Formats: sequence, C-alpha cells, structure tokens
Amino acid sequence: MNTLIKSLAGLGLGAALTLTAGTAQAAGSGCGTFTNAEGVEEHLACSEAPIDFTNKGSLQNGAKMFMNYCAGCHSAEYVRHSRIAKDLEIPPELVEKYLMVTTDQIGDHIDAEIDSDIQASWFGAAPPDLSLETRLRGDDWVYTYLLSFYEDPSRPWGANNLVLANAAMPHVLHNLQEDLSADEFKSEVGDLVNFMAWMGEPNRHNRQVIGFFVILFLLVLLIPVYLLNKEFWKDVK
Amino acid sequence: MSMGKKIMHWVDARFPATETYEYHMSKYYAPKNFNFWYFFGVLSMVVLVNQLITGIWLTMMYNPSAEGAFASVEYIMRDVKGGWLIRYMHSTGASAFFVVVYLHMFRALLYGSYQKPRELIWLIGMGIYLALMAEGFFGYLLPWGNMSFWGAQVILNLPAAIPVIGDGLAEWVRGDYIISGITLNRFFALHVVAIPLVLVGLVFMHLVALHHVGSNNPDGIDIKKLKDKNGVPLDGIEFHPYYTVHDMVGIVVFFICFFAVVFFFPEGGGFFLEPPNFETANALKTPAHIAPVWYYTPFYAILRAIPDKLGGVVAMGAAIAVLFLIPWLDRSPVRSMRYKGILSKIALTIFAISFVALGYLGATPTSPTAVIMARVFTVLYFLFFLLMPIYTSIEKCKQPPERVTGGH
Repeated sequence: MNTLIKSLAGLGLGAALTLTAGTAQAAGSGCGTFTNAEGVEEHLACSEAPIDFTNKGSLQNGAKMFMNYCAGCHSAEYVRHSRIAKDLEIPPELVEKYLMVTTDQIGDHIDAEIDSDIQASWFGAAPPDLSLETRLRGDDWVYTYLLSFYEDPSRPWGANNLVLANAAMPHVLHNLQEDLSADEFKSEVGDLVNFMAWMGEPNRHNRQVIGFFVILFLLVLLIPVYLLNKEFWKDVK
Repeated sequence: MSMGKKIMHWVDARFPATETYEYHMSKYYAPKNFNFWYFFGVLSMVVLVNQLITGIWLTMMYNPSAEGAFASVEYIMRDVKGGWLIRYMHSTGASAFFVVVYLHMFRALLYGSYQKPRELIWLIGMGIYLALMAEGFFGYLLPWGNMSFWGAQVILNLPAAIPVIGDGLAEWVRGDYIISGITLNRFFALHVVAIPLVLVGLVFMHLVALHHVGSNNPDGIDIKKLKDKNGVPLDGIEFHPYYTVHDMVGIVVFFICFFAVVFFFPEGGGFFLEPPNFETANALKTPAHIAPVWYYTPFYAILRAIPDKLGGVVAMGAAIAVLFLIPWLDRSPVRSMRYKGILSKIALTIFAISFVALGYLGATPTSPTAVIMARVFTVLYFLFFLLMPIYTSIEKCKQPPERVTGGH
C-alpha cells in the first residue's frame, strides 16, 4: 500500500511541476522594450488587467467602450451581438438600439464599420480582428498597450506606444484620457480589456466553475476507488 | 444452467469470448510488485480512447479547408454546446499522450523491459511512438493557426535538405509550392483515418505480444520460473481484479491532473496551445519565434545543433532510429536498474537530463551559448546508446533475488 501512496504523490508532484513551469513561462513574457530619454534600453513590465467575468457592469461598460472606440475600425468576426446580450445580461432590444449598427441583425458577428482595404490605405496596415486579441497577446499586454500611448509629433497620428513601438493605430482614447483622471481612465480601459478577454473566450468563467465541480467529484470518487483497491489487495501477500 | 451461462456457452462455441477474457484478464498473471511506473501503460490507453472519442466529435463540426478551418475551431469553441470542453480535452490530450508515453518508455529503460524475450514489444512500442509523432504533427496543422502553418512549413521543408531530389520531394509532400489547403486536406485524411488505424493496430499487437511473454517487473526477474502446483507463478496475481482496481486509482488521480489542466490551464502556459495559433495562418507573417510543440523539442534541438541542414536532418532521424536498437545494445546480464552497476545508473541519469535539457533548448530561441549546450547534450544523448554495449558489459552487477521484492 505504501507503494501506491508513493505513486500517487509522484503523479501529484509531476502535475505540480508541469503547472509551475507553465506559469513561469507565461509570467516571463514582458510588454516590450524601449529606449528611454537617457538612451538606455528599458523593459516594460506588464500591468495586471482587472479581469472579472462576474462583474457584469464592467463587461457592459467594456462592450459600450468597444463598440464606441474600437468597432469603427476593428471587426470581431467570431463574436455575435446575441451572445453579448445573453452573457452580459443586456436586453436584446438595448443591444440592437445602442450597441449595433442598424443594418446588422442580432445574430450577426461584429463587423468593422469601415472597409478594411480603405483603412489599410489610411493607416498602412489593415486593423486586425480583435476576437482573439487577448489570447494572442495576453490580457495584460492589451491592457498595458492601451495605457501606454504617449505624444510623439514625429508619428503621422501624433502618438506612439511604449509597448508596440511605431504602432499604426492612432491613440483613439486620447480625448477620454484628457477628460478623465488617471484612475478613472485606467478603470475604463480595465473594463474594455475585461470585455475583450470575454470576447477571446466567452466560456472562460463557466469553464472554471464547471472545473471546480469536476475536480471535486473526482476527489470524492477517489475515496471509494482507493478503498476498493485496498480491500482487494488485502489478500496479496 | 442459468440463462446467462447458456448464452455464454452458445457464444463460446462460436467465438472465443470466455477464453480471450481469461487469457488477457482473469487468468493473466502479472507480477505482484508493480510500482508507480507501471501506471503509464494503462494511462496511455486511457488517453488514446480520449483522443479517439473527442476526435470523432470534433470531426463532426470541424471544416477541413484553408478558408474554413480556423473559423470552424472558433465555432466549436463558441457556438457548439460543450464544444470548448471537447476541444480542450483533445488539445490537452495530445500533450498528455506524450507525457504518459515518455514516462512509459522511461520505465522500460529503468527496468530493462525491452530485453529478451520482450524485444518485439519494444519494437512495436517504438512503432506506436513514431505513429504518435506523425499523428501529433498532422493534427497540429488542422486548426490552421499561424504556428500550425509555420511549424509545418519548417518540418515539411526538411526533405528539401536531401541532395538532387530534395526540392521536388518537399513539393510532392506538400502537394503545392507552399503549405496550402491541399496540404491541410491530406493532413486531415492522415490524422483522422490513416494514422489512427495504424495506432490502434499497433497497440493491439503491443498487448498481444506483452501477454504472450508476460509482464516484466521492477526486479526484472522472470516470475514464470517458480510456479505452484497449478502452474500459476508464485509471484503472479490475476490482472483482473487486482490490477483493474489498482489501475482505477491511478486513472482517477490522472484525471484529476488532466482535468485540472483542461479546466484551469488549457493553454498549458503557452506550451499546449501556443499564442501565435490564436491568429489564422498567414504566409506573409512569420511568428517571431517558431517552436514546435514541447513533445518534439528534444529532436528539434538536435536538428538545430548541427550546422549543416542535411546533417541536422540525419542526426534528428538517427536520434529516433537509435531507440529501436536498444534491445541489442544492452549487454547486461540483468534487466533492472536495481541490479545493474553504477555505470548504467550514471548513463541513464545523464541521458534523462540530456533529453529534458534538449527539450528546453528546442523550445527557446537560440543563442550562441544555447547552440553549444545543445551540441554537448546531443553528444551525451548519442553516447548513452553508442557506449551502452561497453558499459553494460564491463560493469559489476548485483545478483537479482529469486522472488520479487518491494511493493505490498
């Protein structure tokens, strides 16, 4: 029986090591390198995005921000308006009235209002689809990126970014940043990134809730399975 | 006779149902001292079944075309009820498969499970390992993410290293001048039909061969030498029920680890699902750092360690091929590491460290120091095999016991 316990401990340890390695890898990715005023290279650490799918108010505000500031140019081709209504608990009529372009149906995906070819000629690159941006770059990267615009008269749109040097995107939140205090602005951007993280994987929160019960069930199942094994192996000398 | 017995009697007269069950389960005598390392065979079977079942369901919703593949994966993740769970079980299952298979193979190295009379079990097992690598490679292109594309691009360019016919061969394998929907479609056929057939067939043969000669054990001694008056090995116990209830404990613990990843860390820290694969394949946008999935990285590190492209391909092939030869490279009079001499123990330790180190180096961007380290570990990797006939025959081994030790 000692062997079995040692075995189980081994399996657990292996899993723990795997997960630690995984987390270490994720934490190691920074948010860009830039040259500061003294000409020294600095690494920018990512700020932690306030992700909370249970905060419907934050997600709703994020959706409003996204539709107002992002969806003019960026599509989110895998995200349906109807899913926003359902998951964010917004009545469909309100989604249709305030969040959608009038030509869209509630079951449609989010499409950029301006044609991407035209935009490519304006900005030098067509704006990427944002459905999976947080999964491609990481929640914290997107959050830090949106908070890291600074004035740079040498750029065509007058702004540059610490995380993504010479970003083609103008600082679309510029007016908002001027109107709000630093903390208010951070909170608004936090809501936007929270919504974008939801867009990246709408089932993320559900998955963790279900996962909790699955693991709990398996832990309980382990008890009779372990005792059954013990009972049978009593006769093995 | 009861109704049940009558039915079995009828069936047994026409099909060896009871006979097969007894031969493989209730009268298959396995050594009673199996330890931790002996869980990974059955766990490989569990993961195989998981991959087959989740794979069948994914196939129902997946669209194998360059235009539709990426979107269909997102459709599965968002619009199909429970689709995200099936997809994560499949993607996590791929990594889990290699975890359990690598540990299963290490067990064989530890206890000499490839030695006479189990050489064929080892060779069939190596066939399974090759099929598994092919299965993983073909499957990785199917989501049609940017890392799928560029990973396949790197590997499918390897035939181009062959002189004269290389370029034509690479083009023939791809079916196009670059990786395209044509490549995707043939990979789909190979991934869902051809390789699974081979895998299931080889796994069947692996078990038939195993049950024909009997299982090895941590002491590496032959339990069939000492039998009681009924011909049952003194150190053997019936596989069913003893090892079925025993394996169930291992399976539940494995499920706890497996589902912890599925539900809480499905990206596996970027190792199981790589971030660049969250954007669609783009021939004009090369990811900053192309790395194969973690289970191929030891061999990828060997490929990159050799300065010459053809030499690298040859070395990578040799690193896999040399594994087939182990049963004939090991000259030791004993099987288990418990009774082998100090040289074998040192060699296996260095080999395990080299394999893990190569895996790490193959997953990280290369640098001058990393190249030197990869070369050192490549040499150590090969020395484990090439020197095996020498160190296994000159070292002093301990005398294995008559009866199995340890365990219960």
